[in-house]
Amino acid sequence: MADNVFIALQNNSEAQPIIEAIVADNDGAVVSESPGMVKIDVPGRLVIKRETVTEKLGREFDLQELHINLISLGGNIDEDDDEFILSWGV
Amino acid sequence: MAKARKLGLKERYALLTRGLDWETTYQPMDKVFPYDTYEGIKIVDWDKWEDPFRLTMDAYWKYQSEKERKLYAILDAFQQNNGHLNISDARYMSAVKIWLQGITPLEYAAHRGFAHAGRSFRGAGARVACQMQSIDELRHAQTQLHAFSHYNKYFSGMHNFAHMRDRAWYLSIPKSFFEDAMSAGPFEFVTSISFAFEYVLTNLLFMPFVSGAAFNGDMATTTFGFSAQSDESRHMTLGLEVVKFMLEQHEDNVPIVQAWLDKWFWRGYRLLGLVGTMMDYMLPKKVMSWKEAWEMYWEENGIALFNDLARYGIRLPKHHEVATKEKGRLTHELWATLYQYGNALGLHTWVPEDEELDWFSEKYGEQFDTMYKPRLLYFRELEEKGERFYNNRLPMVCQVCQIPIFYTEPDDPQSQCVRIVESKDTKHHCCSDGCADIFNREPEKYVQALIPPQQVYRGEADGARDIFEYAKYLHLESGVDTGEYRNSPDHKNWQAWHAATPDNSDEAA
Repeated sequence: MADNVFIALQNNSEAQPIIEAIVADNDGAVVSESPGMVKIDVPGRLVIKRETVTEKLGREFDLQELHINLISLGGNIDEDDDEFILSWGV
Repeated sequence: MAKARKLGLKERYALLTRGLDWETTYQPMDKVFPYDTYEGIKIVDWDKWEDPFRLTMDAYWKYQSEKERKLYAILDAFQQNNGHLNISDARYMSAVKIWLQGITPLEYAAHRGFAHAGRSFRGAGARVACQMQSIDELRHAQTQLHAFSHYNKYFSGMHNFAHMRDRAWYLSIPKSFFEDAMSAGPFEFVTSISFAFEYVLTNLLFMPFVSGAAFNGDMATTTFGFSAQSDESRHMTLGLEVVKFMLEQHEDNVPIVQAWLDKWFWRGYRLLGLVGTMMDYMLPKKVMSWKEAWEMYWEENGIALFNDLARYGIRLPKHHEVATKEKGRLTHELWATLYQYGNALGLHTWVPEDEELDWFSEKYGEQFDTMYKPRLLYFRELEEKGERFYNNRLPMVCQVCQIPIFYTEPDDPQSQCVRIVESKDTKHHCCSDGCADIFNREPEKYVQALIPPQQVYRGEADGARDIFEYAKYLHLESGVDTGEYRNSPDHKNWQAWHAATPDNSDEAA
């Protein structure tokens, strides 16, 4: 089984649409809440799609806005204008 | 004029981080950048350096200023609304004090270290990344000082952290960690701080501990903590990038990087014992035990990272299995030590309440019940008889990590673990095989370590002859800033503030 990658975000209303988008776009995403934060683990690969976040948020979303509510992550990053991907391997 | 097509993220990053530098002509490049070669790291093509976040300077300022605006709005609200009254209990303040005394100065040290590392690298991409991190670290030091300044008005022990940092026996643990890194070359520095410390280990500080701060009502720490951690994500990414970059550039780099990972994993782990103690003992309302955090962030996430690096020929860091063996005892052994040496600490210690002991039993099981609970109960019994236990001589500390030599043998938690190392006919003491290995790899470096308890015996602490004079030398007032929590001024103030609140008066009566 592939090791998990993860992302952790502040648990606030700005991050909610991002969390919803991650859950929608990643099968097997496990969401764990602790006080103040949300950690999401996914086996092998996690993608955040600009389009999905934009849709959930109801306004244009720039993926670099992630920085504002990001707490931590684990995995190799590949980011462009449309997708932010965390993965192990390659 | 036709409107230019907007550039994609990858193109913007390439344009804004490349071509900023030039080949020097008045002096050879090797003389201008002498430090990026002497560690033996071979770089064939600096342009292969990529920041995976592709953050450019303009975007950096945009997002950082937004983070600052959010943070300071909350700090204002916190101060204006007597936020210090909303923490779970004044015992919690010991965690804040150790953060201010021990961690905040590291942020400032990191600011200096990354400024220096940035100057040392000849590749422009690496220099831009170090510049951002250097500015981040200065921001962290400043925001922490601003957040804590409110607490300093109401609680003891926070008045002279910078003075203490250079003199206190327990603050030499974080100080020596960073000075070891800063006095190494730039590649080792970035590996130690960004990779081993930030990627592998600081999740344990900034995630479960800061989440615990939120749970304990500390709005100030939660806010700066998570705000800082959003920068840390970038630093961690830089750390992983620099490691992969070195490994991909030349196969000769692999053994050098492995040795650094072995060293800095162990040093970081030893330092994090303090964080574990903050989580387990200093949070009156508990979120996650050190043991659980270790399982989640090291045994799961940390090992996943090393599995990913296996393709470069990197193996798990030496002695990682020892750290895992110690997960059930680390914080209990360290807390008992802090408790004993309380007369030379700028924070309070105590025996946990019964319901906290039950929580430990649930999280740590039989090992806690048979080995550590009886000791805590014995401490409590002595205290109730008016004989609160103190060890009034400073401890012997490890020559490498500077933690008192009180941890136990990996396979026998009832025997003290001591390793004696030798250099030039002089014996030195280490707390573990991990620290002894670090010493033996660079004895010339570690024989020079400044060890506060030894300095006291040499008369360097203004001639202090006992622990109380030493506390005074640290600018700590005995019985106010130091020692037992129960009946301390912090405790009495806390009771008085809450007794004065109508809502709580029934409960208090």
